[in-house]
Amino acid sequence: MVEILLEGTLETLYMTFASTLLAYLIGMPLGILVTITDEKGIMPNKIINGVIGCGINIIRSIPFIILLIALIPLTKLIVGKSIGSTAAIVPLVIGAAPFVARMIESSLHEVDNTLIESAIAMGCNKREVIFKVMIPEVIPSIVRGLSITLITLIGYSAMAGAVGGGGLGDIAIRYGYYRYQYDTMMLTIFILIIMVQLIQFTCNYIAKKIDKKVR
Amino acid sequence: MIKINNVVKKFTTGTKEFTVLDNISLEIAKGEIVGIIGISGAGKSTLLRCIGGLEVPSSGTIEVDNKNIADLDAKQKIEYYKSLGTIFQGYNLMMQQTVAKNIALPLEINRVNKAEIEVKVNTLLTLVGLEDKAKEYPARLSGGQKQRVAIARALANNPKLLLCDEPTSALDCLTTRAILDLLKKINAELGITIVIITHDIEVVESICDKVIVLDKSNLVEQGLVTEVLSLPQADITKQFLGKEAHQW
Repeated sequence: MVEILLEGTLETLYMTFASTLLAYLIGMPLGILVTITDEKGIMPNKIINGVIGCGINIIRSIPFIILLIALIPLTKLIVGKSIGSTAAIVPLVIGAAPFVARMIESSLHEVDNTLIESAIAMGCNKREVIFKVMIPEVIPSIVRGLSITLITLIGYSAMAGAVGGGGLGDIAIRYGYYRYQYDTMMLTIFILIIMVQLIQFTCNYIAKKIDKKVR
Repeated sequence: MIKINNVVKKFTTGTKEFTVLDNISLEIAKGEIVGIIGISGAGKSTLLRCIGGLEVPSSGTIEVDNKNIADLDAKQKIEYYKSLGTIFQGYNLMMQQTVAKNIALPLEINRVNKAEIEVKVNTLLTLVGLEDKAKEYPARLSGGQKQRVAIARALANNPKLLLCDEPTSALDCLTTRAILDLLKKINAELGITIVIITHDIEVVESICDKVIVLDKSNLVEQGLVTEVLSLPQADITKQFLGKEAHQW
Protein backbone atom coordinates (compact mmCIF):
# COMPACT_ATOMS: atom_id res chain seq x y z
CA MET A 1 0.00 0.00 0.00
CA VAL A 2 2.75 2.39 0.97
CA GLU A 3 4.44 1.65 -2.32
CA ILE A 4 1.29 2.40 -4.28
CA LEU A 5 0.77 5.67 -2.41
CA LEU A 6 4.39 6.67 -2.88
CA GLU A 7 4.25 5.93 -6.56
CA GLY A 8 0.98 7.83 -6.86
CA THR A 9 2.45 10.81 -5.03
CA LEU A 10 5.47 10.88 -7.34
CA GLU A 11 3.25 10.60 -10.40
CA THR A 12 1.07 13.45 -9.19
CA LEU A 13 4.10 15.62 -8.49
CA TYR A 14 5.55 14.74 -11.90
CA MET A 15 2.34 15.60 -13.74
CA THR A 16 1.82 18.79 -11.76
CA PHE A 17 5.30 20.23 -12.01
CA ALA A 18 6.05 19.15 -15.57
CA SER A 19 2.76 20.51 -16.85
CA THR A 20 3.14 23.72 -14.83
CA LEU A 21 6.55 24.32 -16.37
CA LEU A 22 5.28 23.73 -19.89
CA ALA A 23 2.10 25.69 -19.23
CA TYR A 24 4.21 28.71 -18.24
CA LEU A 25 6.42 28.33 -21.29
CA ILE A 26 3.32 28.63 -23.44
CA GLY A 27 1.10 30.78 -21.23
CA MET A 28 3.64 33.42 -20.30
CA PRO A 29 4.29 34.73 -23.84
CA LEU A 30 0.55 34.58 -24.51
CA GLY A 31 -0.16 36.56 -21.33
CA ILE A 32 2.44 39.17 -22.26
CA LEU A 33 1.10 39.41 -25.82
CA VAL A 34 -2.50 39.77 -24.74
CA THR A 35 -1.48 42.50 -22.26
CA ILE A 36 0.63 44.60 -24.61
CA THR A 37 -1.75 44.29 -27.56
CA ASP A 38 -4.63 45.56 -25.43
CA GLU A 39 -6.23 48.83 -26.46
CA LYS A 40 -4.44 50.56 -23.60
CA GLY A 41 -1.24 48.49 -23.90
CA ILE A 42 2.07 49.53 -25.37
CA MET A 43 1.48 47.81 -28.74
CA PRO A 44 -2.29 47.99 -29.32
CA ASN A 45 -3.35 45.45 -31.93
CA LYS A 46 -7.00 44.51 -32.11
CA ILE A 47 -6.50 41.43 -34.30
CA ILE A 48 -3.74 39.72 -32.26
CA ASN A 49 -5.48 40.65 -29.03
CA GLY A 50 -8.83 39.38 -30.26
CA VAL A 51 -7.48 36.09 -31.60
CA ILE A 52 -5.46 35.25 -28.48
CA GLY A 53 -8.17 36.44 -26.10
CA CYS A 54 -10.80 34.43 -27.91
CA GLY A 55 -8.60 31.32 -28.06
CA ILE A 56 -7.93 31.55 -24.35
CA ASN A 57 -11.62 31.91 -23.60
CA ILE A 58 -12.59 28.96 -25.81
CA ILE A 59 -10.18 26.55 -24.08
CA ARG A 60 -11.12 27.90 -20.68
CA SER A 61 -14.82 27.29 -21.36
CA ILE A 62 -14.30 23.58 -21.91
CA PRO A 63 -14.67 21.59 -18.68
CA PHE A 64 -11.33 19.89 -18.07
CA ILE A 65 -12.75 16.38 -18.01
CA ILE A 66 -14.16 16.93 -21.52
CA LEU A 67 -10.87 18.48 -22.71
CA LEU A 68 -9.09 15.37 -21.45
CA ILE A 69 -11.18 13.10 -23.64
CA ALA A 70 -11.33 15.46 -26.60
CA LEU A 71 -7.54 15.70 -26.72
CA ILE A 72 -6.91 11.94 -26.78
CA PRO A 73 -6.06 11.92 -30.52
CA LEU A 74 -3.60 14.79 -30.05
CA THR A 75 -2.07 13.10 -27.02
CA LYS A 76 -1.58 9.90 -29.04
CA LEU A 77 0.05 11.95 -31.77
CA ILE A 78 2.50 13.67 -29.39
CA VAL A 79 3.25 10.99 -26.78
CA GLY A 80 2.32 7.89 -28.75
CA LYS A 81 -0.20 6.69 -26.18
CA SER A 82 -3.09 8.13 -24.21
CA ILE A 83 -2.50 6.32 -20.91
CA GLY A 84 0.00 7.15 -18.19
CA SER A 85 1.31 10.24 -16.44
CA THR A 86 3.34 11.50 -19.38
CA ALA A 87 0.32 11.26 -21.65
CA ALA A 88 -1.70 13.19 -19.07
CA ILE A 89 0.69 16.11 -19.35
CA VAL A 90 -0.59 16.99 -22.82
CA PRO A 91 -4.17 17.87 -21.79
CA LEU A 92 -2.90 19.33 -18.51
CA VAL A 93 -0.63 21.77 -20.38
CA ILE A 94 -3.27 22.70 -22.90
CA GLY A 95 -5.83 23.18 -20.16
CA ALA A 96 -3.49 25.20 -17.96
CA ALA A 97 -1.68 27.41 -20.50
CA PRO A 98 -4.66 29.73 -21.10
CA PHE A 99 -5.19 29.88 -17.35
CA VAL A 100 -1.53 30.88 -16.89
CA ALA A 101 -1.88 33.46 -19.67
CA ARG A 102 -4.72 35.14 -17.77
CA MET A 103 -2.76 35.05 -14.51
CA ILE A 104 0.25 36.68 -16.17
CA GLU A 105 -2.07 39.22 -17.76
CA SER A 106 -3.60 40.15 -14.43
CA SER A 107 -0.14 40.39 -12.82
CA LEU A 108 1.12 42.68 -15.60
CA HIS A 109 -1.92 44.90 -15.18
CA GLU A 110 -0.64 45.73 -11.71
CA VAL A 111 2.14 47.82 -13.26
CA ASP A 112 1.25 51.49 -13.04
CA ASN A 113 0.65 53.13 -16.40
CA THR A 114 2.67 56.11 -15.23
CA LEU A 115 5.70 53.86 -14.69
CA ILE A 116 5.34 52.45 -18.20
CA GLU A 117 5.03 55.94 -19.58
CA SER A 118 8.10 57.14 -17.74
CA ALA A 119 10.04 54.17 -19.15
CA ILE A 120 8.97 55.22 -22.63
CA ALA A 121 9.87 58.85 -21.88
CA MET A 122 13.28 57.57 -20.83
CA GLY A 123 13.81 56.07 -24.26
CA CYS A 124 13.03 52.41 -23.54
CA ASN A 125 11.90 50.54 -26.62
CA LYS A 126 8.95 48.16 -26.34
CA ARG A 127 11.10 45.13 -25.55
CA GLU A 128 12.89 47.04 -22.78
CA VAL A 129 9.60 48.28 -21.34
CA ILE A 130 8.37 44.68 -21.12
CA PHE A 131 11.50 42.89 -19.93
CA LYS A 132 13.32 45.57 -17.95
CA VAL A 133 10.39 47.33 -16.34
CA MET A 134 7.06 45.49 -16.44
CA ILE A 135 8.09 41.89 -15.72
CA PRO A 136 10.64 42.62 -12.95
CA GLU A 137 8.00 44.76 -11.24
CA VAL A 138 5.48 41.92 -11.07
CA ILE A 139 7.69 38.92 -10.23
CA PRO A 140 6.24 38.64 -6.67
CA SER A 141 2.75 38.69 -8.13
CA ILE A 142 3.74 36.03 -10.69
CA VAL A 143 5.04 33.82 -7.86
CA ARG A 144 1.74 34.19 -6.02
CA GLY A 145 -0.02 33.22 -9.24
CA LEU A 146 2.29 30.23 -9.56
CA SER A 147 0.90 28.76 -6.34
CA ILE A 148 -2.63 29.07 -7.73
CA THR A 149 -1.59 27.36 -10.96
CA LEU A 150 0.22 24.53 -9.15
CA ILE A 151 -2.71 23.85 -6.87
CA THR A 152 -5.21 23.98 -9.73
CA LEU A 153 -3.04 21.52 -11.64
CA ILE A 154 -2.96 19.11 -8.70
CA GLY A 155 -6.74 19.07 -8.95
CA TYR A 156 -6.67 18.67 -12.74
CA SER A 157 -4.11 15.89 -12.47
CA ALA A 158 -6.48 13.97 -10.22
CA MET A 159 -9.06 14.16 -12.98
CA ALA A 160 -6.48 13.05 -15.49
CA GLY A 161 -5.86 10.10 -13.16
CA ALA A 162 -9.46 9.05 -13.57
CA VAL A 163 -8.96 8.49 -17.28
CA GLY A 164 -5.70 6.60 -17.01
CA GLY A 165 -3.19 9.23 -16.01
CA GLY A 166 -2.11 7.55 -12.80
CA GLY A 167 -1.29 9.56 -9.69
CA LEU A 168 -3.15 10.06 -6.45
CA GLY A 169 -6.44 10.87 -8.15
CA ASP A 170 -6.33 7.51 -9.90
CA ILE A 171 -5.65 5.70 -6.58
CA ALA A 172 -8.43 7.57 -4.83
CA ILE A 173 -10.95 6.62 -7.49
CA ARG A 174 -9.78 3.03 -7.96
CA TYR A 175 -9.64 2.16 -4.26
CA GLY A 176 -12.17 4.55 -2.81
CA TYR A 177 -14.84 4.61 -5.47
CA TYR A 178 -14.61 1.19 -7.09
CA ARG A 179 -13.47 -0.93 -4.14
CA TYR A 180 -15.00 0.96 -1.24
CA GLN A 181 -11.61 1.21 0.53
CA TYR A 182 -12.35 4.53 2.13
CA ASP A 183 -9.21 4.48 4.30
CA THR A 184 -7.00 4.42 1.19
CA MET A 185 -9.01 7.24 -0.29
CA MET A 186 -8.66 9.25 2.91
CA LEU A 187 -4.92 8.70 2.82
CA THR A 188 -4.64 10.06 -0.71
CA ILE A 189 -6.70 13.07 0.31
CA PHE A 190 -4.40 13.57 3.27
CA ILE A 191 -1.33 13.51 1.02
CA LEU A 192 -2.99 15.97 -1.35
CA ILE A 193 -3.76 18.32 1.54
CA ILE A 194 -0.12 18.26 2.64
CA MET A 195 1.02 18.94 -0.93
CA VAL A 196 -1.30 21.91 -1.35
CA GLN A 197 -0.29 23.37 2.01
CA LEU A 198 3.39 23.02 1.21
CA ILE A 199 3.05 24.65 -2.19
CA GLN A 200 1.00 27.51 -0.80
CA PHE A 201 3.38 28.06 2.09
CA THR A 202 6.51 27.96 -0.08
CA CYS A 203 5.14 30.30 -2.74
CA ASN A 204 3.84 32.76 -0.14
CA TYR A 205 7.19 32.68 1.61
CA ILE A 206 9.15 33.33 -1.59
CA ALA A 207 6.75 36.03 -2.77
CA LYS A 208 7.02 37.82 0.54
CA LYS A 209 10.78 37.48 0.58
CA ILE A 210 11.28 38.99 -2.89
CA ASP A 211 8.56 41.65 -2.71
CA LYS A 212 10.31 44.94 -2.02
CA LYS A 213 7.19 47.04 -2.33
CA VAL A 214 6.24 46.46 1.29
CA ARG A 215 8.81 47.66 3.74
CA MET B 1 16.31 75.80 -27.67
CA ILE B 2 12.57 75.14 -27.70
CA LYS B 3 10.29 76.98 -30.08
CA ILE B 4 6.58 76.34 -29.83
CA ASN B 5 4.52 77.77 -32.68
CA ASN B 6 0.72 77.99 -32.61
CA VAL B 7 0.26 74.65 -30.94
CA VAL B 8 -3.30 73.39 -30.69
CA LYS B 9 -4.12 70.12 -28.99
CA LYS B 10 -7.59 68.65 -29.15
CA PHE B 11 -8.85 65.48 -27.54
CA THR B 12 -12.02 63.67 -28.51
CA THR B 13 -14.00 61.57 -26.08
CA GLY B 14 -16.94 59.95 -27.81
CA THR B 15 -18.48 62.67 -29.91
CA LYS B 16 -17.24 65.56 -27.80
CA GLU B 17 -14.13 67.48 -28.71
CA PHE B 18 -12.03 69.31 -26.16
CA THR B 19 -9.41 71.89 -26.89
CA VAL B 20 -6.74 71.44 -24.25
CA LEU B 21 -4.17 73.76 -25.77
CA ASP B 22 -5.41 76.69 -27.80
CA ASN B 23 -2.85 78.31 -30.06
CA ILE B 24 0.14 78.33 -27.76
CA SER B 25 3.36 79.99 -28.88
CA LEU B 26 6.45 80.42 -26.76
CA GLU B 27 10.20 80.13 -26.71
CA ILE B 28 12.54 78.70 -24.16
CA ALA B 29 16.24 79.53 -24.31
CA LYS B 30 19.10 77.23 -23.41
CA GLY B 31 20.01 77.20 -19.73
CA GLU B 32 16.78 78.80 -18.54
CA ILE B 33 14.53 77.57 -15.79
CA VAL B 34 10.99 78.09 -17.00
CA GLY B 35 7.90 77.63 -14.90
CA ILE B 36 4.56 76.82 -16.49
CA ILE B 37 1.84 77.66 -13.99
CA GLY B 38 -1.89 77.12 -14.09
CA ILE B 39 -4.71 75.53 -12.15
CA SER B 40 -5.79 71.93 -12.78
CA GLY B 41 -7.15 71.49 -16.26
CA ALA B 42 -5.39 74.55 -17.65
CA GLY B 43 -3.48 72.37 -20.10
CA LYS B 44 -0.04 72.57 -18.55
CA SER B 45 0.58 68.82 -18.31
CA THR B 46 -0.51 68.36 -21.92
CA LEU B 47 1.89 71.10 -22.96
CA LEU B 48 4.73 69.36 -21.15
CA ARG B 49 3.78 66.01 -22.71
CA CYS B 50 3.86 67.68 -26.14
CA ILE B 51 7.33 69.06 -25.45
CA GLY B 52 8.39 65.64 -24.19
CA GLY B 53 7.13 63.97 -27.35
CA LEU B 54 4.55 61.83 -25.56
CA GLU B 55 1.72 63.72 -27.26
CA VAL B 56 1.59 65.07 -30.79
CA PRO B 57 -0.05 68.49 -31.28
CA SER B 58 -3.20 68.56 -33.42
CA SER B 59 -1.66 71.51 -35.24
CA GLY B 60 1.30 73.81 -34.86
CA THR B 61 4.91 72.81 -34.35
CA ILE B 62 7.28 72.20 -31.48
CA GLU B 63 10.89 72.66 -32.49
CA VAL B 64 13.67 71.53 -30.22
CA ASP B 65 17.11 72.52 -31.45
CA ASN B 66 15.49 73.48 -34.76
CA LYS B 67 13.93 70.06 -35.31
CA ASN B 68 10.18 69.61 -35.33
CA ILE B 69 9.65 66.70 -32.99
CA ALA B 70 6.50 65.62 -34.82
CA ASP B 71 8.70 64.82 -37.84
CA LEU B 72 10.95 62.37 -35.99
CA ASP B 73 10.70 58.73 -37.05
CA ALA B 74 10.45 55.96 -34.44
CA LYS B 75 14.22 55.63 -34.05
CA GLN B 76 14.84 59.37 -33.84
CA LYS B 77 12.01 59.63 -31.35
CA ILE B 78 13.77 57.19 -29.01
CA GLU B 79 16.97 59.22 -29.41
CA TYR B 80 14.96 62.34 -28.60
CA TYR B 81 13.53 60.69 -25.48
CA LYS B 82 17.04 59.77 -24.41
CA SER B 83 18.17 63.38 -24.81
CA LEU B 84 15.74 64.53 -22.14
CA GLY B 85 15.08 63.74 -18.54
CA THR B 86 11.62 63.76 -17.03
CA ILE B 87 10.53 63.73 -13.42
CA PHE B 88 6.99 63.29 -12.19
CA GLN B 89 4.84 64.10 -9.20
CA GLY B 90 4.52 60.38 -8.42
CA TYR B 91 8.27 59.66 -8.86
CA ASN B 92 7.52 56.59 -11.05
CA LEU B 93 10.31 54.45 -9.68
CA MET B 94 10.55 50.68 -10.07
CA MET B 95 9.57 49.43 -6.63
CA GLN B 96 11.18 46.00 -7.01
CA GLN B 97 14.60 47.41 -7.91
CA THR B 98 17.22 49.06 -5.76
CA VAL B 99 17.92 52.77 -5.98
CA ALA B 100 21.11 52.03 -7.93
CA LYS B 101 19.22 49.79 -10.39
CA ASN B 102 16.59 52.46 -10.91
CA ILE B 103 19.21 55.03 -11.79
CA ALA B 104 21.07 52.52 -13.98
CA LEU B 105 18.07 51.78 -16.22
CA PRO B 106 18.54 54.70 -18.65
CA LEU B 107 22.24 53.82 -18.86
CA GLU B 108 21.52 50.14 -19.49
CA ILE B 109 19.21 50.91 -22.37
CA ASN B 110 21.96 53.13 -23.76
CA ARG B 111 24.32 50.12 -23.77
CA VAL B 112 26.75 51.69 -21.32
CA ASN B 113 29.11 49.04 -19.91
CA LYS B 114 28.76 47.80 -16.34
CA ALA B 115 31.86 49.46 -14.87
CA GLU B 116 30.90 52.83 -16.33
CA ILE B 117 27.35 52.46 -15.05
CA GLU B 118 28.60 51.88 -11.53
CA VAL B 119 30.79 54.98 -11.61
CA LYS B 120 28.03 57.10 -13.12
CA VAL B 121 25.42 55.88 -10.63
CA ASN B 122 27.70 56.76 -7.73
CA THR B 123 28.40 60.21 -9.14
CA LEU B 124 24.68 60.82 -9.54
CA LEU B 125 23.90 59.57 -6.04
CA THR B 126 26.46 61.99 -4.65
CA LEU B 127 25.01 64.82 -6.72
CA VAL B 128 21.53 64.26 -5.28
CA GLY B 129 22.83 63.56 -1.78
CA LEU B 130 21.93 59.88 -1.48
CA GLU B 131 25.42 58.29 -1.43
CA ASP B 132 24.40 55.80 1.24
CA LYS B 133 21.13 54.65 -0.36
CA ALA B 134 22.41 52.76 -3.43
CA LYS B 135 21.30 49.33 -2.17
CA GLU B 136 18.05 50.54 -0.61
CA TYR B 137 14.62 49.89 -2.14
CA PRO B 138 12.34 52.87 -2.94
CA ALA B 139 9.64 51.68 -0.50
CA ARG B 140 12.05 52.45 2.32
CA LEU B 141 12.67 56.03 1.22
CA SER B 142 10.78 59.23 2.04
CA GLY B 143 8.99 61.20 -0.67
CA GLY B 144 11.83 63.68 -0.98
CA GLN B 145 14.40 60.91 -1.26
CA LYS B 146 12.32 59.17 -3.93
CA GLN B 147 12.20 62.36 -5.94
CA ARG B 148 15.98 62.65 -5.61
CA VAL B 149 16.33 59.15 -7.04
CA ALA B 150 14.02 60.17 -9.89
CA ILE B 151 16.15 63.26 -10.52
CA ALA B 152 19.34 61.19 -10.54
CA ARG B 153 17.72 58.77 -12.99
CA ALA B 154 16.57 61.65 -15.19
CA LEU B 155 20.12 63.03 -15.32
CA ALA B 156 21.78 59.69 -16.09
CA ASN B 157 22.18 60.22 -19.82
CA ASN B 158 23.32 63.86 -19.48
CA PRO B 159 20.14 65.38 -20.89
CA LYS B 160 20.10 68.89 -22.29
CA LEU B 161 16.56 69.38 -21.09
CA LEU B 162 14.86 68.38 -17.84
CA LEU B 163 11.07 68.29 -17.81
CA CYS B 164 9.44 68.36 -14.38
CA ASP B 165 5.76 67.55 -13.98
CA GLU B 166 4.68 68.92 -10.60
CA PRO B 167 7.86 67.58 -8.99
CA THR B 168 7.10 68.93 -5.54
CA SER B 169 3.33 68.68 -5.34
CA ALA B 170 3.41 65.60 -3.13
CA LEU B 171 6.08 66.96 -0.80
CA ASP B 172 5.99 69.06 2.36
CA CYS B 173 7.35 72.59 2.23
CA LEU B 174 10.80 71.88 3.65
CA THR B 175 11.33 68.95 1.30
CA THR B 176 10.00 71.06 -1.56
CA ARG B 177 12.59 73.68 -0.71
CA ALA B 178 15.39 71.11 -0.77
CA ILE B 179 14.28 69.61 -4.10
CA LEU B 180 14.00 73.07 -5.67
CA ASP B 181 17.50 73.90 -4.42
CA LEU B 182 18.73 70.71 -6.01
CA LEU B 183 17.12 71.60 -9.34
CA LYS B 184 18.67 75.05 -9.14
CA LYS B 185 22.06 73.50 -8.45
CA ILE B 186 21.69 71.14 -11.41
CA ASN B 187 20.80 74.05 -13.65
CA ALA B 188 23.77 76.11 -12.47
CA GLU B 189 26.37 73.34 -12.45
CA LEU B 190 25.33 71.30 -15.46
CA GLY B 191 23.70 74.04 -17.54
CA ILE B 192 20.60 71.95 -18.13
CA THR B 193 17.49 73.76 -19.31
CA ILE B 194 14.61 73.05 -16.94
CA VAL B 195 10.89 73.29 -17.58
CA ILE B 196 8.71 72.96 -14.49
CA ILE B 197 4.97 72.51 -14.42
CA THR B 198 3.42 73.72 -11.20
CA HIS B 199 0.34 75.12 -9.57
CA ASP B 200 2.43 76.64 -6.82
CA ILE B 201 3.54 80.24 -7.31
CA GLU B 202 6.30 79.76 -4.76
CA VAL B 203 8.03 77.24 -7.01
CA VAL B 204 8.06 79.88 -9.74
CA GLU B 205 9.21 82.61 -7.38
CA SER B 206 12.03 80.63 -5.89
CA ILE B 207 13.78 79.09 -8.88
CA CYS B 208 12.36 80.13 -12.25
CA ASP B 209 13.84 82.73 -14.60
CA LYS B 210 10.77 82.88 -16.78
CA VAL B 211 7.13 82.11 -16.17
CA ILE B 212 4.36 81.09 -18.53
CA VAL B 213 0.81 81.35 -17.25
CA LEU B 214 -1.82 79.07 -18.71
CA ASP B 215 -5.52 79.48 -18.10
CA LYS B 216 -8.35 77.52 -19.70
CA SER B 217 -6.13 76.17 -22.48
CA ASN B 218 -4.76 79.61 -23.32
CA LEU B 219 -1.42 81.22 -22.70
CA VAL B 220 -2.45 84.36 -20.86
CA GLU B 221 0.85 85.76 -19.76
CA GLN B 222 4.56 85.15 -20.08
CA GLY B 223 7.76 86.92 -19.24
CA LEU B 224 10.56 87.19 -16.73
CA VAL B 225 9.53 86.10 -13.27
CA THR B 226 10.63 89.42 -11.75
CA GLU B 227 8.43 91.37 -14.16
CA VAL B 228 5.39 89.16 -14.19
CA LEU B 229 5.25 88.80 -10.43
CA SER B 230 5.65 92.49 -9.75
CA LEU B 231 3.24 93.62 -12.44
CA PRO B 232 0.85 90.77 -13.21
CA GLN B 233 -1.52 91.48 -16.09
CA ALA B 234 -3.82 88.48 -16.26
CA ASP B 235 -6.50 87.91 -13.63
CA ILE B 236 -5.36 84.38 -13.01
CA THR B 237 -1.81 85.56 -12.28
CA LYS B 238 -3.16 88.07 -9.80
CA GLN B 239 -5.13 85.31 -8.17
CA PHE B 240 -2.02 83.16 -7.93
CA LEU B 241 -0.29 86.05 -6.21
CA GLY B 242 -3.19 86.53 -3.89
CA LYS B 243 -3.66 90.11 -5.03
CA GLU B 244 -7.34 89.57 -5.59
CA ALA B 245 -9.64 88.09 -3.04
CA HIS B 246 -10.69 84.82 -4.54
CA GLN B 247 -11.92 81.56 -3.18
CA TRP B 248 -11.13 78.29 -4.91
